[in-house]
Amino acid sequence: MANHRIILTINGETEQVEVPSQMTLLQMLREKLAFTGTKNGCMAGECGACTVLMDGEPVNSCMVLAVECHGSTIITVEGLAKDGVLHPVQQTIIEHGGVQCGFCTPGMLISARALLDRNADPSEEDIREALVGNLCRCTGYIRIIDSVRDAAERQQVLSL
Amino acid sequence: MSIDAHPELPEFDYIRPGTVMEASRFLAEHPGEARPLLGGTDIFVRLRDGFYHEKYLVDVKKLDNTGVISFDPLQGLTLGAGVSMNRVIASPEVRSNYPLLAEACRTVASYQLRTRATVVGNICNASPAGDTIGACLVMGSGLNVHGVSGYRRVELASFFLGPGKTVLQPGDIVTSIHIPVQPKGAAGTYIKLGRNTWSDLSIVGVTAYGVPDPALASGYRVRMALASVAPVPLLVPSVEEFLAANPITPDSLRQAARLAQAACHPIDDVRGSARYRKAMVRNLAEKALLTTWQRLQALAGSA
Repeated sequence: MANHRIILTINGETEQVEVPSQMTLLQMLREKLAFTGTKNGCMAGECGACTVLMDGEPVNSCMVLAVECHGSTIITVEGLAKDGVLHPVQQTIIEHGGVQCGFCTPGMLISARALLDRNADPSEEDIREALVGNLCRCTGYIRIIDSVRDAAERQQVLSL
Repeated sequence: MSIDAHPELPEFDYIRPGTVMEASRFLAEHPGEARPLLGGTDIFVRLRDGFYHEKYLVDVKKLDNTGVISFDPLQGLTLGAGVSMNRVIASPEVRSNYPLLAEACRTVASYQLRTRATVVGNICNASPAGDTIGACLVMGSGLNVHGVSGYRRVELASFFLGPGKTVLQPGDIVTSIHIPVQPKGAAGTYIKLGRNTWSDLSIVGVTAYGVPDPALASGYRVRMALASVAPVPLLVPSVEEFLAANPITPDSLRQAARLAQAACHPIDDVRGSARYRKAMVRNLAEKALLTTWQRLQALAGSA
């Protein structure tokens, strides 16, 4: 079975990788490129721990083949902060205590960032719907929802 | 003993043909060994669980016009096979002309799964639980299928043969779904019962859809499709016939819901028992019909 040579952008850097057909985006990120912030949870597209942005939209990276990412732009949790400054939702999830064991956090942050990118003023219902594919077994979600809402408000203040 | 809930994907070759004909030929030359790939949200789960053993996955989501949503007020809506459910939900033309389809797509899994999942993939997977299939059925959709001898149209209502089984032959690729123009004043709803409010597979799904039709005694043609209660996504003609012939009242809607209950034949499985499903079909069918009727009246009032 032949390997595929792919070129893609990950967190702003161009990467060239050789991947077998069956390698998932998740495996490539964690095992080939050491972006271990993205977590492997259920491997069935249910838990959201492996969520990354692919061309600006969130995907379960366990459900995407690496070879399908040729030419794509990927952003992982490692790419959320800019010049050492945390993304607003990274800052607020710390302040609200939305991180306990932390396993769901990278995927949660990516889904939250994607929501804020498409809706700068999400209601609680919008936030719950956007995060439905990110399971958290520790927090009970309330603090996470609060942190997304707070991040939206801070972003609006910043953009005024 | 492995404790992995789902193992890594087994070995296969990923094929990306240049044209839809190349794809059809490859698939026809490898019957039983090759499968068309769209978003992969069902295929990858089935490969990991050992239900599928394909040697080749043939990526068809970037061929020809498979990435296009096109709407024409005379021709209707065409969704390319590669169009994701999130794009369907976000499309202003779908939202204003086919809101039932957008409503059904929103009930599928999670946002990030819908970035990849497609309506055509949902149909080709041919699960009786497919959430978007009912909406496509009640709106009279057809599929554009490309095989080794070229394109042909297959009516969605005659597409399903059983769980995971369709009329598609080796080499066939569904390149798009066509949904005709819907009459003014049409309205419907999809009610999905899962084990939780969002994101689960359906235990029972009920699509109800009404279209004004002055030729009928009741003035409306009301269609119903049921998910997860038969070997295939099920249209219920007895509901349509009953509500065409009888005035629409809370009582006739209740009777129609009983007809839906009588028409379905669910099984016991991990998500629910047959008995529970039968009871829920009656309750949810009544609810879906009442909601549809309210929406129809609201549209008639605003016209």
